[in-house]
Amino acid sequence: MSPRAACRLATLGFTRVYDYTPGKVDWLARGLPGEGTRADEPTAGSLARHDVATCPLDAAPGDVLRAIADSPHGYALVLSPGGVVLGRVRKSALQTLGDGDPIDTVLEPRPQTIRPHLTQRKLEERFEAYGFQTLVVTRPDGTLIGVVRRDEIVTS
Amino acid sequence: MTSINIADLQELIAAGAQVVEVLPRPDYEKLHLPGAISLPLAELNAETAQRLDRARDVVVYCWDGL
Repeated sequence: MSPRAACRLATLGFTRVYDYTPGKVDWLARGLPGEGTRADEPTAGSLARHDVATCPLDAAPGDVLRAIADSPHGYALVLSPGGVVLGRVRKSALQTLGDGDPIDTVLEPRPQTIRPHLTQRKLEERFEAYGFQTLVVTRPDGTLIGVVRRDEIVTS
Repeated sequence: MTSINIADLQELIAAGAQVVEVLPRPDYEKLHLPGAISLPLAELNAETAQRLDRARDVVVYCWDGL
């Protein structure tokens, strides 16, 4: 929408027009402040926990299991060198591997991800509608912010 | 028209650019960038554009460019 608006302004004779294409999603993903009636609502970004275990794709199963043991979650998120979420590996699946086995054999490549600007109310709806226990909060470029848990969001 | 990133945006804001949200007004009322003006794309024409200062930089944005 903003590229069309920028072009429209150009046709109206404006010569100093810029398009912040990443938009409001990008702004909010960076934790920058907003204004408006819902500016103070808790969001996935503000509610996200940052204590999930992470590992690279070439990590040894034993190392990942130790990282999971040090976290309050039963899984680890596998990240690219740039921090993009590649998938999730569960503790129970890792325990079936030998320490020389690659963890990508038990990688779940598509954990449910959400954007950080999603409000708490929308989060509750998402948890209720789809039965998720955990959602992964990522930036628009796919990099990890944290995770939100159903038992901490859904109150009833 | 130039596509910019967050660093460019912050420089332009510091230099006095006008920041314009082009989403429908309800979206703006709920949440917008600090100091942004609401000028929905559907209402953007020669008359409404007079609210903007042609002598200053104008930065438009929506949710994610789509």
